[in-house]
Amino acid sequence: MLRRLYYDARVRDLFWQIAISVGLVALTIFFVRNASQNMVNAGIASGFDFLWRSSGIDVPFVLTSYTASDSIWALFWAGVANTVFVSVIAMVLATIMGFLIGLARLSSHWLLSTAAGAYVEFVRNIPLLFFVLFWYFGVIAALPQPRDSLGFFSAIFLNNRGLTVPSPLDGSVFRWALLAILLAFAAQWLVARWAAARKARTGQDAPVIAAGLMLCLAVPLLALVIAARATGWDMPQPGRFNLRGGFVIIPEFVALLAALVTYTAGFVAEIVRGGIASVVKGQREAAASLGLRPGQILRFVVVPQALRVMIPPMTSQYLNVLKNSSFGAAIAYPDVVSLFMGSALNNTGQAIEIIAMTLAVYLFFGLIVSALMNWYNARIALVTR
Amino acid sequence: MINRISTTAVAAFAMLGAGAATAQTLVPSPTLDAIRTRGSLECGVHVGVPGFSFPNDKGEWSGLDVDFCRALAAAVLGDANKVKFTPTTVQQRWPVLQSGQVDLLSRNTTITFSRNASLGVNFQGINFYEGQTFIVRKASKATAAKDLDGASVCVAAGSTEEKNAADWFRERNLKVTITNFQKNDDAIAAYDAGRCDAYTAGVGALAGQRAKLKTPGDHIIMAEPISNDPQGPVTRYGDERWQAVVRWVLNGMIAAEALGVTSKNVDDMRANSKNAEVRRLLGAEGNFGAMLGLSNDWMFNAIKAVGNYGESFERTVGSGSTLKLERGQNALWTKGGLLFTPPFQ
Amino acid sequence: MNPQVRLSSLALWRSRLFSTPLDSAISLVVLAALVWAFAPLVRWALINATWAGETRADCAPGGACWVFIKARFGQFMYGFYPAAERWRPNLFLGLVVAGIVPLFWLHGRARLALGLAALLALPVLGVWLLGGGLGLRPIETRDWGGLMLTLFIAVYAGLIAVPLGILLALGRQSRLPLVRTLSVVFIEFWRGVPIIAVIFLASLLLPLIMPAGVGVDRLARAVIGLGLVIAAYMAEAVRGGLQALPKGQGEAASALGLGYWQTTGLITLPQALRISLPAMTNEFIALIKNTTLVLVVSILDLLGIAQGSLADPAWVGMNMEAYLFSGTIYWLICFALSRWSRSLEAGGPRSH
Repeated sequence: MLRRLYYDARVRDLFWQIAISVGLVALTIFFVRNASQNMVNAGIASGFDFLWRSSGIDVPFVLTSYTASDSIWALFWAGVANTVFVSVIAMVLATIMGFLIGLARLSSHWLLSTAAGAYVEFVRNIPLLFFVLFWYFGVIAALPQPRDSLGFFSAIFLNNRGLTVPSPLDGSVFRWALLAILLAFAAQWLVARWAAARKARTGQDAPVIAAGLMLCLAVPLLALVIAARATGWDMPQPGRFNLRGGFVIIPEFVALLAALVTYTAGFVAEIVRGGIASVVKGQREAAASLGLRPGQILRFVVVPQALRVMIPPMTSQYLNVLKNSSFGAAIAYPDVVSLFMGSALNNTGQAIEIIAMTLAVYLFFGLIVSALMNWYNARIALVTR
Repeated sequence: MINRISTTAVAAFAMLGAGAATAQTLVPSPTLDAIRTRGSLECGVHVGVPGFSFPNDKGEWSGLDVDFCRALAAAVLGDANKVKFTPTTVQQRWPVLQSGQVDLLSRNTTITFSRNASLGVNFQGINFYEGQTFIVRKASKATAAKDLDGASVCVAAGSTEEKNAADWFRERNLKVTITNFQKNDDAIAAYDAGRCDAYTAGVGALAGQRAKLKTPGDHIIMAEPISNDPQGPVTRYGDERWQAVVRWVLNGMIAAEALGVTSKNVDDMRANSKNAEVRRLLGAEGNFGAMLGLSNDWMFNAIKAVGNYGESFERTVGSGSTLKLERGQNALWTKGGLLFTPPFQ
Repeated sequence: MNPQVRLSSLALWRSRLFSTPLDSAISLVVLAALVWAFAPLVRWALINATWAGETRADCAPGGACWVFIKARFGQFMYGFYPAAERWRPNLFLGLVVAGIVPLFWLHGRARLALGLAALLALPVLGVWLLGGGLGLRPIETRDWGGLMLTLFIAVYAGLIAVPLGILLALGRQSRLPLVRTLSVVFIEFWRGVPIIAVIFLASLLLPLIMPAGVGVDRLARAVIGLGLVIAAYMAEAVRGGLQALPKGQGEAASALGLGYWQTTGLITLPQALRISLPAMTNEFIALIKNTTLVLVVSILDLLGIAQGSLADPAWVGMNMEAYLFSGTIYWLICFALSRWSRSLEAGGPRSH
């Protein structure tokens, strides 16, 4: 009987799963009990009440409406916004730069491909922290002191405290402009669909690109100009130490962005190279013999096939950018790690709550990035008939 | 089987009984026991402020806060060298103390209400009256904090200075950009590179940190502080006897200065002094050390090894050091300062 | 020298760089960019640099002061490890090399035996040699530092990551739904969070969840934190290898009557590991690069020591020297490993 049970795969499976669950639950209880005991002994406060305390922390670069008199909860969101902001921009720029370097590596020009190869080898084998420090101190050293600011049209100023641009006194008009921009993008999507349908039907190319440029550049520009006319502006003025007024894009942001882009581009370049190399030569030759021009071959034959190979590793690079944005803490870029896990943790001492919330931010946005990339991957997947 | 259990139980009982017999009048102190078992004191210090706690290129620590730990080691273990230093950043210090990795913090930590109330830590007196101020470039011609309108200020995140500065400027409607770095050294490096117009910290800390700038002579430290930041050793909640030991070693060092006991005359004072308080302090009379569960020559050892508060001050941050700080508020109350100690009675 | 050869090599360069007007233009632009970027660096780091001397005063302005590196070399390598005991890390490194290098020549049983012996004995030996005890002077981990510590963290975190990663990869393919779910959750969690937060988490949380009185060494905490994260990445590398195997391998083994562990241990896993070795090496490179993050918990690895030395008033302003020197060491180690991984890839999986 027991023998039969022992050799019955289902029984054994069940046994192991129960054993593992029991072990895991026991371990969790053990840890949680120790933690609560230790916290009581140490007199550490717990719970999430601290989030409603006022933070009193000044943040030099805020995208939300946060000010120092707001709550720690608002500080948390200011940090999250900064993390997402730098990550998204870095993802876009790293993709572009990585594509260019990847193409340069595949170029038939010897010096160009060697230089691109050397760049990739250099970048991939150095810790990111070096990049962040290099760019930060490099950027500060390269830019002039506030007294010698570089001015453009006496409205935009560049110095080692950052790039100061005029800021609108009334932000609400910009919300309307943003709405107009979103509408323009939606319209472009509809045009593209219509053009694709027409091409499938009649085989004629529609001027999608031109229409897209019109819709995605001209309309937003127009909307912004109208919005800009509708409000007064806080213009930067030279002050005793620095410029007064305006919105400042801080050097920490620029340095972190540059570090993330130059570092990630090295990895993207390798992915691009691998992706393009994976498209067999015959495909290109077949396309050429059908009479496609080189640009068309690249656009309609090589890139679509290369993309399929590239999407999964690109997803993990985008996730890396998101996680690596936490290196901003090393140079005082006010991201969620620096503001929340640094300043707020120090003022409240509630390590477990704060770390859990910080990790949740990265997991949540990581899931969003993965979901978007999976959706895109499914869209371009090879349809086998 | 049963036999073995009962033997163990008896043995355990006997040990408990023996423990209770020797420590009849003393509350148990797990921290002191742990220090004795370990054979060394675990002291959490700052990662590096010259004058307060700073490791040289061989990793040997020195400074005012370091001296206090050495005195404490001498009082508890009889040897000022039986102390180990754990460098802690501004962020790390609380968890390191709370989780029991160090026996105390002695690292320029300002005493505040919310730290005492919500972090589970107690402050055991004041070993340095600090006042927050700013270091600026001479070329900026700013001489007081109110001149800093429109400036950017570098500061270490999570320090009292971060909030102090924000509050101070907001109160006065001055627009100042505060950039918060994770470590003091990062903030100093950024200030030195020209990222900020000022770096803020305590007067004493700034006097030490200034040496880290490329050309220290180009910078001045503003004389007028914007806050009072009393600093002292910190312990975690619980273990009252250990807290008393820390508190009274600090009091003892200050009392020694008031009573004229120094590292040089301490042998003579113990043997010949007629002053009852001196005799009690040094263990020649009464058994004050034993009341705390230490040996009676606890303060004698501490003073012999490190000296009284004044000696330690002059050696680390005062006239005998590169910082050359005045005693100021840190002089004895009899000499116009704020240092005061309850009697050894 | 044969003039013929010289001519042809000259021609080669010409054809490489200046075969068409467009090529020439590109070459000139790239060359100009290289000169613009590297000439000041070379002038500063080599030509105007000071190599001999004792103190900062010996250094000429306008050039690198390598005297600083010379004066601090011991610290960059060993941290505050006592000078009299530095033979111990050296000996350990020697033993590691002696244990690993023969593996490239040996074959069959001897290779397996030596490999296993090294894998089991060396980690224990290393902790004893570096940490002391049992006749050696004990040296606490707080005195460890520099390159020695960087390598220690990388190797020991790797020792946690590889076995755990293999188990997780197998778990992800398991028949048992619970094991599969747990493995996926574990892997995706650690892959989804920044390492800087993990190291912080490990150093704060580990002491908190242990029973009162049980301490975990500061260094051990960082190693465990890093090990857990890299295990998740290793698991994905191993999974790639497992998926690349034809299904028939496992099925054939089962058909021969081998159980799960026999099939895995003798048939599928060895082949899968061989396939995923390059990917695992890349994860190890990532691990070495990420050891730099331990400085957030004041553990002084190579970069931490470099940064710490900048605070020394006697050597103010040596930022470039310290970063360039330590950066070069990281680069050399990672580059050598990536070359090795590349050569493995080129060799491809062995056919049977």
